[in-house]
Amino acid sequence: MSTPLNRMPVQATVNGEPRVFLANPGQVLAEVLRDELELTGTKIGCNTGDCGACSVLLNGRLVCSCLVLAAEAEGQSVQTVEGVAEGGVLHPVQQKLLEHGGLQCGVCTPGVVIAAKALLDTNPDPTEEQVRYWLAGNLCRCTGYDKIVRAVLDAAGELRGGSAS
Amino acid sequence: MNAQQEFQFVGSRSIRPDGLDKVTGRARYGADLNMQGQIYGHIVRSPHAHALITHIDCSEALAMQGVLAVMTGADLPEPGNRVLGSGEGAIALRDLSPMVMSQGKVLFHSQPVAAVAATTPELAARAAAAVTVTYETLPVVTDMHQALTDGAPILHDDRFPDGQPKEPTNLAAHITAQVGEPDVAFEGADVVVERTYSVPMCHQGYIEPQACVARMDGAGQVDVWCCTQGHFTVRGYTAAVTGIDEGNIRVTPSEIGGGFGGKTTVYLEPVAIILSKKSGRPVKMVMDRGDVFRSTGPAPGAETRVKLGATRAGKLVAAEVDCLLDSGAYNGNPAGIPAFLATACYKLTDARSTGRSVYTNRPKIHAYRAPSMPQATLAFELVINELAAAIDMDPIEFRLLNAVEEGDITMMGSRYNRIGLRECLEAARDHPHYQSALETGTGRGVAAGYWINAGLQSSATLNVTGDGHVAVLTGSPDIGGSRASMALMAAEVLGIPLERIHPQVVATDAVGHCDVTGGSRTTLATGQAVIQAAEQLVAELCRRAATDWQVEPESVTWSGGAAHHEDKSMDFEALARRAGSMGGPLTVSSSLTSASAAPAFGVHLCDAEVDKETGRTTVTRYTAIQDAGKAIHPDYVEGQMQGGAVQGIGWALNEEYLYDDQGVLQNPGFLDYRIPVASDLPRIDTVIVEVANPLHPFGVRGVGEVPIVPPMAAVAQAVFNAANIRVMDLPLNPPKLAKALMSSETS
Repeated sequence: MSTPLNRMPVQATVNGEPRVFLANPGQVLAEVLRDELELTGTKIGCNTGDCGACSVLLNGRLVCSCLVLAAEAEGQSVQTVEGVAEGGVLHPVQQKLLEHGGLQCGVCTPGVVIAAKALLDTNPDPTEEQVRYWLAGNLCRCTGYDKIVRAVLDAAGELRGGSAS
Repeated sequence: MNAQQEFQFVGSRSIRPDGLDKVTGRARYGADLNMQGQIYGHIVRSPHAHALITHIDCSEALAMQGVLAVMTGADLPEPGNRVLGSGEGAIALRDLSPMVMSQGKVLFHSQPVAAVAATTPELAARAAAAVTVTYETLPVVTDMHQALTDGAPILHDDRFPDGQPKEPTNLAAHITAQVGEPDVAFEGADVVVERTYSVPMCHQGYIEPQACVARMDGAGQVDVWCCTQGHFTVRGYTAAVTGIDEGNIRVTPSEIGGGFGGKTTVYLEPVAIILSKKSGRPVKMVMDRGDVFRSTGPAPGAETRVKLGATRAGKLVAAEVDCLLDSGAYNGNPAGIPAFLATACYKLTDARSTGRSVYTNRPKIHAYRAPSMPQATLAFELVINELAAAIDMDPIEFRLLNAVEEGDITMMGSRYNRIGLRECLEAARDHPHYQSALETGTGRGVAAGYWINAGLQSSATLNVTGDGHVAVLTGSPDIGGSRASMALMAAEVLGIPLERIHPQVVATDAVGHCDVTGGSRTTLATGQAVIQAAEQLVAELCRRAATDWQVEPESVTWSGGAAHHEDKSMDFEALARRAGSMGGPLTVSSSLTSASAAPAFGVHLCDAEVDKETGRTTVTRYTAIQDAGKAIHPDYVEGQMQGGAVQGIGWALNEEYLYDDQGVLQNPGFLDYRIPVASDLPRIDTVIVEVANPLHPFGVRGVGEVPIVPPMAAVAQAVFNAANIRVMDLPLNPPKLAKALMSSETS
């Protein structure tokens, strides 16, 4: 039996750039991002949508890229962790995670960055409870979430132009 | 807080040097590297939990186009009686090798029995399914109590824990320690409490599955890239499992996505190497999440009986501990910890403690943060609380009356040096959390915890560039921010700006041997190697300045990043720039077996409420207090405390391995094996106590493991107090608590 060659071309905007890649019909977006586009910042912790390490924004909406078929990205816009810092300037979520020590091993961090950015894009002034429920889909085994939550609240404050909350 | 030394850099909250790569997605973990020409390995796993392998037929798989190699246990050497490592870290090859691939017999479901390598992952998976393995199934036992009954299926008919070749049993080890005369001493107790609590098997739950790429070239040289807590250990274990000379193997560590003890061994690496040897191609292997749960080493389930006696005045007079632990299919050596350490927080001159471990048809257990200590501590600390209540004494005051301090003798016969349990208890007692009134419907729990901590072998190399920067190279994988700590310690000795220090974790051939990042030892022992190397560098710089100035080296001092003699000084940058003409490149190395390990203690406070209808527990407030000796980087000390506390909360309330009667794990994924998520938790407050470790140049104690020791008892006590019930087996999940609440209402 030979390797199937039924790969299809997919055109999408990835981190603001037009990209074309080949994908098997059954292949998930996470795999293609990592293996075809070499965007390995998107992590695969479970492949079942339970850990959130593969979180990306699809047309601005937070999704687990292990639950999205690569073909579904056709004509869509995908943002991964590699596209969050603009022109070398870190997003406040990234900066505050660094300042608060909101990461240890760091493997959940890309997903946390994407998820937190998605939250702050739509809710610039979340309560701690809202942050905790929004991030409930991003498993972190190292930090106990404390410093992550503080970092996200602090980033929200900075984005609002005020002082840290 | 009594760290005696004044520090310039140490103790500050610097931005970690690897942080930028980690928040931008550039950091490369185990599955993020690809080698040119690589193919993909896939493991064939046993569908049975206990069976003899009668035949393996790989011919159909090997005939598939694109399948380049197959292997079975026959490709690995017989383990024999070889033992790797020594002391606490010793492991018999016969307990290690079958976790990589079985030879003739499978003892747990999903145990590897063969592997294939093919040009795509999909093809490798299909080829694995085409391998035909014929089994003769055997009866299964997954419950450790059943495993000890007469007539239970025997996993190893060639192992005799007492050394006496008689009828084989499933008892893997039986260790007893005793001091004084506990049976006599119990007669002097006014109050005796005896309880038996059990804890389920659980998993470390690191988010990154095991992954590696390995390549053997035509000359037999092996390159491995993998995520591990110790690449020198990967090298040694892999050599032993495959029979390849250790010297022919180089291991480069990737960033590591969590380990907690679970990544201090090998599963995939030997397989990838053999497949590479057979195919002539690099082989990449990434474990599936389900296989991580089913086939890597979890933490042992345990049942612990604790009997304690005290006087009305609050003095502990005697203790008896009996801890039974599930070792899984092979010997994971969990029994010694409860036997020797269960009583470690308290002055007890009369105590007996027993640890026993049992073989069952589950994966061999492996280290998980202070291995076996939380299981024993749950029962011990709950009985301490019950004793305190029985004599109407505050549980922290009761502990203060009995807490070990400098000079006390442990069950192992060693003497405590300066330790900080008393300071932690006082900090807990005085904390606003403990002083606050309880909200209606909530309960409060307190528990203490101990961990021994390790020293072991570490090395560091410092290379200075011509413009005065320093690469700090170690062989200790950084899981929780240790590179930041290494940089701070090097800066402290050298007196140069932190921005000029570049800590890196490098391959096995680029720095001296380092044991695993485990045992809470990295900042302590590898830090000590960094400090020593930096001191050597300073000495060399002073010698060079002395030569230049034509003065005695002893008359040159080093401060503020410069050499000084009377009114002359020469700074680090100038010495680095002139290195070529002043004695050659500046490079120093230091290696040591650290004798600086010191025990650490923590005290945790938990408030919780229990929904009377659903049985769901909410932790409403949590405070972790711990003696760090000296917190080199407080953020990452607090992070260890918070992360360990939350793992303990998860173990107390939810986490549990569930097997069916055929030994198949029923919850091998994060949906059904539920670890705590952000919305389950309150903030985890921390108090770092600093009672300097007198054996360490900067006063460091290990911090990584203690935080998982107290939580289960603290949480359980809070639940018991909130709901006015007592449940003897964890986890305290909603169905179990709802049932307990219902029966307490009807009774």
